[in-house]
Amino acid sequence: MFEILSQPIGLTHYLIVGAVMFVAGVVCMATKRNALGVLMGIELVLNGANLNFVAFGSNFLERNPAYQLGLDGQIISLFVIVLAAAEAAVALAIVLNFYNNHSTVDVDRADELKG
Amino acid sequence: MRRFLEAARELLQRVGNFDKKTRRVQVAVSDYLISHWGWYPLLVHTLMALLAAALVLLVIAGGSVLFIWMERKVAGRIQDRLGPTRVGGKFGWLQTIADGIKLLSKEDLCPAGADTLLFRIAPYVAFCASYGSFIALPFATGWVGLDINVAVFFVVAVLGLEVFGVILAGYASASKWSLFGAMREAAQVISYEVPLGLCIVIPVMIAGTMDLTKIGNLQAGWFTNWYLFHDPFTFITFFVYYTCALASVNRAPFDLAEAESELVAGFHTEYSGLRWSFFFMAEYGSMFLVSALGSVLFLGGWNGPFPLAQWIFGQHASELSGFSFVIANLLGLMAFMLKAVVAVTVMMWIRWTLPRLRIDQVITTCWKYCTPIAAVMFLGVITWQLFGLPSGGDVLPYHQQGVRRLPGALREGPFDTAEVLYAPKKDMLPAPKDSAVDARWHARARLASDRKGE
Amino acid sequence: MGEINGHALLFLFFGLLTCLFSLAVVFSANVVRMAFYLILALAATSGLHFLAGADFVGAMQLVLYVGGTLVLLVFGVMLTAQNPFVSLRTAGGDWIVAALVGGILLVILIPVAFQVGLPPSEASLMDRRAERETVVSTEPVSVPTATRIGLGLLGVPGDDVSGYLLPFEIISIHLLVVLVGAAYLARAKRRVASDARGGVESGVAESE
Repeated sequence: MFEILSQPIGLTHYLIVGAVMFVAGVVCMATKRNALGVLMGIELVLNGANLNFVAFGSNFLERNPAYQLGLDGQIISLFVIVLAAAEAAVALAIVLNFYNNHSTVDVDRADELKG
Repeated sequence: MRRFLEAARELLQRVGNFDKKTRRVQVAVSDYLISHWGWYPLLVHTLMALLAAALVLLVIAGGSVLFIWMERKVAGRIQDRLGPTRVGGKFGWLQTIADGIKLLSKEDLCPAGADTLLFRIAPYVAFCASYGSFIALPFATGWVGLDINVAVFFVVAVLGLEVFGVILAGYASASKWSLFGAMREAAQVISYEVPLGLCIVIPVMIAGTMDLTKIGNLQAGWFTNWYLFHDPFTFITFFVYYTCALASVNRAPFDLAEAESELVAGFHTEYSGLRWSFFFMAEYGSMFLVSALGSVLFLGGWNGPFPLAQWIFGQHASELSGFSFVIANLLGLMAFMLKAVVAVTVMMWIRWTLPRLRIDQVITTCWKYCTPIAAVMFLGVITWQLFGLPSGGDVLPYHQQGVRRLPGALREGPFDTAEVLYAPKKDMLPAPKDSAVDARWHARARLASDRKGE
Repeated sequence: MGEINGHALLFLFFGLLTCLFSLAVVFSANVVRMAFYLILALAATSGLHFLAGADFVGAMQLVLYVGGTLVLLVFGVMLTAQNPFVSLRTAGGDWIVAALVGGILLVILIPVAFQVGLPPSEASLMDRRAERETVVSTEPVSVPTATRIGLGLLGVPGDDVSGYLLPFEIISIHLLVVLVGAAYLARAKRRVASDARGGVESGVAESE
């Protein structure tokens, strides 16, 4: 069982961690009633994808240079970080607006457009 | 006994001779232990990491002990009184120990409506952020916890995580004074990160690298090589940096978040005993960190005002080996500590001299004064670099092996900034990886330095 | 067991932290604790970035994500952390549907992860292109990435990075737009009548 400690870490390990983060983010988005909880789910999803980008671009994990993304993976993940920050800012502004107008952050109460 | 001396001598030789490029003492020592005495590599590396962590903890803890005593003495003298004079001799040397014993013996309480997990964890988060940023801070050539290429970035990044400890403490105390203090302090810290970042980018731009060891070593020689005297814009930048650093660590006159006269004690109202002292160790650690960072970036770091090691040993510390390397580095370490401690003393001096600012004055200072000034300084330094105007470094230039004095020209590998800057303009193809380009670059560099008449 | 690989040990440490704290975010009911666990999860992800050799991206993650985006999120949590909203519970049926969706997604992603990370010898059997290029996979050396990323963002292409000048400029304009938009959306509005709710919320919103 402890063989994992003596084997070199490969791409698979990183992809599994990224998948767990992604799924945790999706479940968070689906279940949380607090709007800020949904935002946290979005952050988790974006980070899972980021981890995948960095893993594919790393020359430690994917030893065959034909399959490496090189620094493209890292630059793309930089763009993802910046875009996630921008999107979190706007989403938070919207949530605060909602809170100021309805005095609640419960997304179940955001049903004025229903029907 | 003789075997011990031989082993010690071999160790010292390896420490000096190993890896002239980066001077990584830890790697030398661990290589020695693995190859000479045959220990397991993982065990050796873990031991080296623990040793580095313990040394950094010693710096913070010892620094806190010194600074708490110094604060009380400086405060006393500025207020025309003596300060502690009873504990441990005429000057109260052991006052901090007595304070520590008192704090340890206090009751460890947690407010009734507080979130106990967050309440307990908040001081440790603040302390870890302050402690973790020492990882990438070099104390001398090669004496650094982790010699990473993006050291400046890493230090600023981890320093910005201290705000979480403050917010968590304020929220978890279940008291409105704490929450107000915490939100104000968090707003202040994150606002001042912007001009702080701008001021830090300026010496990075002059040096052409984010590696703090290289930035420090580029200022070797006489004090005119310091980036403080590089051009008038960096001179002003240092003072803007110092102001933003003061605000970033919540020191007076920006300390309304922990102001006794306004918010009881701000975010650490409900903390007592050892938990409170963790917040204070974090604060003194951060003060020392920003002072040390400022001294590396602007004041030459471990390169003293005059090149003492060069006079004694003939070369800069980064080119020595063995016993002389250790001695030269120790001299540099003393210079570094002196600069950082003087900067912290000036912080204390300012605290007890100037009155406190209101929160709106603090935020106004940040966005209406510090940020535009920092941006203008940034533009000024860019223009100074672009037109190659005479800088302070040209007065008494000092050439080190492997480090050129051309702007932004530091060799970092086959894909080099200088190659792009001095490449022929008609094609932007990537530089071929052969030694012909290196020879051309070296020839051009030699020509430029010959033309400068050095 | 052989010699313990330090890289594997550190990866296990950071990877377990990331997964555990991500799951803690999902299963925690208190929104402030969720924010705290998210901070720790993203800090552990930054450690994973460093381990994969992306030192610049790891530092950027700490500065931008943990030190910027999450501070923003925590501010939002603090501003809306009145007592009824701190712990909002979800219905059981919602949990079952979410677990089903999450479980299916996980079941799809993990075999794909195992398939993608094949050792080079097996993968080259499935891909003819790799057979033609006789590549020798050597021991990777950690190179400083900051300069090359910087030059790539300025549009200078290299052997392992393309020019990214246009996306860089687009992102700058995008950030400016987001700055203006978020400041406009979150501005303090002058309310005529505040009878429906207490003045606390408006006071808190205006003092931000």
